[in-house]
Order: sequence, then structure tokens, then C-alpha cells
Amino acid sequence: MSMLSYTKALNRALTDALAADPSVCVFGEDIGAGLAGPTLGLQRRFGADRVVDTPLSEQAFTGMAVGAALAGRRPVIEFQIPSLLFLVFEQLVNQAHKFSLMTGGQGSVPLVCLVPGSGSRDGWAGQHSDHPYSLFAHAGVKTLVPATPTDAYGLLAAAIRDPDPVVVFAPAAALGVREDVTWELAPIPIGSARVHRAGTDVTVVAVGHLVHDALAVAEELAEEISVEVFDPRTLHPFDWTALAASLERTGRLVVVDDSNRSCGIGAEVVATAAEEMRLLAPPRRITRPDGAVLPFAPALDRSLQPSRDQLRHAIRTVVK
Amino acid sequence: MTDHRTPDLSTLLGRYRMLRLIRGFEELALTLVKSGAIVGGTHPYIGQEAVAVGVCAALRPQDRITSTHRGHGHVLAKGAEPRRLLAELTGRVGGLNQGRGGSMHAADLSLGILGANGIVGAGAPIAVGAAWAARQAAEDRVVVTFFGDGALNQGVLLESLNLAAMWRLPVLFVCEDNGYATTLPAEVAVAGSALGRAAAFGIPAAEVDGMDTEAVLAAAGAAVDRARAGQGPGFLRCRTYRYQGHHTMERRMKVNYRSAEEVDAWRARDPLPRAAALLDRAERADCDRELAELLAEAEQFALASEHPDPAGACDHLYASGLRPRAGAVA
Ligand SMILES: Cc1ncc(C[n+]2csc(CCOP(=O)(O)OP(=O)(O)O)c2C)c(N)n1
Repeated sequence: MSMLSYTKALNRALTDALAADPSVCVFGEDIGAGLAGPTLGLQRRFGADRVVDTPLSEQAFTGMAVGAALAGRRPVIEFQIPSLLFLVFEQLVNQAHKFSLMTGGQGSVPLVCLVPGSGSRDGWAGQHSDHPYSLFAHAGVKTLVPATPTDAYGLLAAAIRDPDPVVVFAPAAALGVREDVTWELAPIPIGSARVHRAGTDVTVVAVGHLVHDALAVAEELAEEISVEVFDPRTLHPFDWTALAASLERTGRLVVVDDSNRSCGIGAEVVATAAEEMRLLAPPRRITRPDGAVLPFAPALDRSLQPSRDQLRHAIRTVVK
Repeated sequence: MTDHRTPDLSTLLGRYRMLRLIRGFEELALTLVKSGAIVGGTHPYIGQEAVAVGVCAALRPQDRITSTHRGHGHVLAKGAEPRRLLAELTGRVGGLNQGRGGSMHAADLSLGILGANGIVGAGAPIAVGAAWAARQAAEDRVVVTFFGDGALNQGVLLESLNLAAMWRLPVLFVCEDNGYATTLPAEVAVAGSALGRAAAFGIPAAEVDGMDTEAVLAAAGAAVDRARAGQGPGFLRCRTYRYQGHHTMERRMKVNYRSAEEVDAWRARDPLPRAAALLDRAERADCDRELAELLAEAEQFALASEHPDPAGACDHLYASGLRPRAGAVA
């Protein structure tokens, strides 16, 4: 089997969904040319009326996807930049997410937002480096952050089949990950976590690309500390059952999350564990600072993101 | 009882009947706001009935609409059952949305009513998307989006006009210009003109007397025919007026931004007598009597319908059946 890249996995999930279901369609900027990667070649294969290059009108094409979903389509929107989600919070949260409840279940909005390249990319600075998954989890929108190519395929495939709106964040720092895939790619249930590495001393909950950092640190510390690496994959709904089971084994918790500290998903994980689960020591979380805006200079940018050093230190602190 | 789900707006009597129904419904709603049976108040449509009735008279059952925060007239004219709309306003299980939506979110998907909307301008892109989807599915459907003069200043409306025009979608943009966005007069808020906004995108636009049902129907009919024939979107500016305040709360707040003379001048152009004059007296009297009964029955139905069980407050939050975690942990 060949090496599957993360971006190619997203591309395959889109291809398979478009081929399997005529109601699936894709909207986005420069998706015909496949500029961001996941939509490469789709327009040639499925036509410009299903893979639709949109003008630079985020609010209109997101609202449009809501209307198309209500009328029986299953739209996927690719966003070029994570911060464009701030422009369409109205369409996603006020309209798409609230529709089912407000109509008493008359209908729902099966709509997927795909954000390939979320988080920091070197040199992209303040307005292009947000990783706003916690906002959507907070609002109650189904929020997925796959870390590996297999999960990227499986979670995007599941998102497209889901009857509710879903946002899929593909972290920029994970896009380069490749996997030697010898198994059948398949949808992965939304809300199921994955334990990448079993351990007995401490559970590290790592979100998105940070799973790879956590695995590297766990390997480094293997002689000294047994680290379990827990990837929630879905931030909302979160697989609390699996986390409780992990903490039954380890009793100690570190969360590493590349979003802002206050009201971030890391805070939610720590709070829920403290309220409901077995903890033998105070938990720790590693995040961006409160209200962070990533500065341009690479050293400054990196200094605000969770680092392996911080993770190593936090692990040592909780097992002490 | 007659089947009120398919209002016949194809005749003069049918249109008169709907004008009266909306007026009567809104008057009843005002009394229920006063009595406390409707919590939170409503945005009365009284005065603007000719727009909803004229436009919906140009539509077929399979056509769709998106509505506004002032949506009762649109929702009734598209065929929603008055008693279920009233039950929705009173927050009851028998309501269109099982009491989950209320006045500003009333919807009936089975009738193509994609929802009233609490966000000004938000219905426009939804209508564009529904029109796009209908064309994808080779379905013969036109979509109307109603909005006020306030929405003319929402960016999303302009983006939507552009997409609809670029892609020649079967959408009719209906600007229900009642001269005010809450207390702000359109003349100090809208630069250029409503028609100019449509013209900028190459969308054929017409101006029509929004107090005259037949004039609205004629203009809407022409635009809907064009859209159905694949000739792209249309834009209608209906100049109209609301006799009541922006919201039923307004009276209590004692705001005053319109002169009594202005209100009276518009009342003198009321769409009801104009429509009534086209009918003979016996027809009218029968219709009025029947509607009085219908509304009394609607009120009974709404107030007899059960209040929803708080245990189900999060029902329908997710179509997948996902249950949210409770806000408190025991
Ligand atoms: C985007 C947005 N801004 C502000 C509001 C608060 N608001 C509700 S209705 C309204 C006025 C709307 O005026 P218009 O569009 O002319 O409609 P009308 O009330 O006259 O029917 C305002 C400001 C809102 N709901 N949505």
C-alpha cells in the first residue's frame, strides 16, 4: 500500500462522498483549482455545478449552504482560512445549528465546514493563525479535529453523512502527516476517542496535531513514565466515557490544546475530569495564552503555542 | 371545516379572505399579548398584508419562502394553519414548531416555509441556497425572500443578490419597505435606493404600491414567471406601512418617532377596503363571519393545547439524536 497523506485522505473522503451520494456538493473559494489540496481534481470529475467555485462571499455562500441543506442537498464548504469562520458565525451558529430545535425537529441542516490549514502556519500572523475549534464546541456545533490521515478520512466521511452541521478542523501542522495505510478506509463514528498509546501513569489528552507531539514525548519518557496518549478526535460531542476509562487506569491528567486558555476545550476537559472522574493529582493544561493573537516573527509565534518542553514538564509535575 | 392548509389565493375572494385572516389574526395576537398568553410580544404585520398576500398569490404550493421577524403574514399567506401558528405564538405543543420557535421562528417545512428569522437579512442567502438546490434537483420551484428596508444595509443581502444574479437563480427578493427599521427612518439610513441596489447587480427591479394587493400580485407574478422560466432573480420594492409599533413592547417604552398624521395618511390607504370594494357585499359578509369563527376556534385550540414538558427542553437540539450533557452535575 502507498503512503497516504492527510490532505489526500480528505480528498479521498470528498471523492467517495461525491461518488456515492448525488446530493453531496462542495462550495468554496478556488476549489476548482484545488488550491488548498482537498478538492484537487474534484471539479473535473464531478462538474462545476457540484463542485462550485464561489465568489468571495463567505456569508452568502454559507447561508446558501444552509438553504441548500434544507432543500435536500448535503453541502460541504471549504474555508481557505480558519478566521473566515468568524465571518460566518451567524450562518453556522444562529441559523444552521439552531434550526432543528427552533423548528421542533421539522428539519435539520446537514452541512459540513472543512477548514484545511487551521492553526499556525509559519509567517501567516495574526489574522490567519487561529484555531477556533473551542468556540464551536462551546456553541454546540459538532466539532472534529482529526490528527491522522485515517482519522481525517473517517471523520470527514462521517461528518458528510451526519444530519447536523459539523465543522472539521484539519490542523495545518497535521497536513504533512503521512501514514502507510494497509487497511480499508471507513467512516469513524462522531464522538469516539482513540487511544494512540496505552499507559498507566498519566493520561495526556492531545488535540489535533498535538497528538504527534504527545506521542513523541511519551516515547522519550517511556523509561521513566508510562504515558497514555488520548486523542478525543471529536471535541463536541466529547467521548467522556473513554476519558473516564483512561483515568481509571492512570488517575492523572494533562491536556494539551492549541487554543486560547480561557473557556478553551482544555478547561472543559479539566473541569469535567475534576467533577466526575478519578484524579490522584491536580490536572494540568497547556494552551495558548488567554486571548492570544499569534505574532508574526516565527520565534514569537511558536512561543505562544503549546510546546513539547511544556508538555514534558507538565507530565513530570502531575506524576510527582 | 375547510382545509386551511391550501389557501386559494387565485381569486379576488380568496385574497380578500387572506387579508382579513392576517389582520384578524394579528388583532387577536395583540389581545393575547396584552393578556399575557403570548409571552415576549410580537412584531405586528397590520398594514402590510397586501404584500404577503399579493406575493404568495403568485406562488405555487411547491414554491418556498424565507421570512422575517415580522413573519405571521408571510407564514399564513403561504398556507400555515392559523390555529397552529397561534399555538406556536403561545408556546404550546400544538404549535407549528411544538412551541420551540415562537413568533420569530415560525416554520412549516411541509409548506415550503423555511422559517421566519430573528436576524435581519439572514433569510436571503438561505433562499438563494434553496433555489440553487431546486435547480440542481431539476425541481420547478421559485423561492421568495421577504426582508425589510433595514436589511438593505446588511452585507449578506448584497452578497446574496450577487450570487443569485451570477447564477441566474429563481429567487424573488421582496423588499417590504415600511419606511422604518425600528425607529430609524429609511430616508436617513439607505443611501442610493433599494432599486439601485438590485440594478447594480443587473437584477430587474420594480417598484409597487404595497398597499394594493392586486398591484403586488401583478408585479410579483411577472417576476415569478421570469424566474420560473430560467431568466434569473427579480427584485420588488413594496412601499408599505405598519400601523402598530415595531414591536408590542414599543408602546410601553413610550417612544415616539412617527406623527399621528403620518400614520393616519397610511391608514387611509388601507389594503382591506380596497380589496373589499372588488367583491359584492354578500360575499364579504359570509367571509367575515366565517373568519370570526375560524379565529375563535384557533384561539380555543391554542389555549387548550398543552404546555411543553420542561424535561424535553433539549429535544430536537440535534437531528442525530445526540443528547446534550446537563448543565448541572448531581
Ligand atoms: C442583523 C440584525 N441587526 C439588528 C437586529 C435588531 N432588529 C430587529 S428588527 C430590526 C429592524 C428591522 O427593520 P426592517 O428590516 O426595516 O424591518 P421591519 O421591522 O421594518 O419590518 C432590528 C434593528 C436584528 N434582529 N438583526
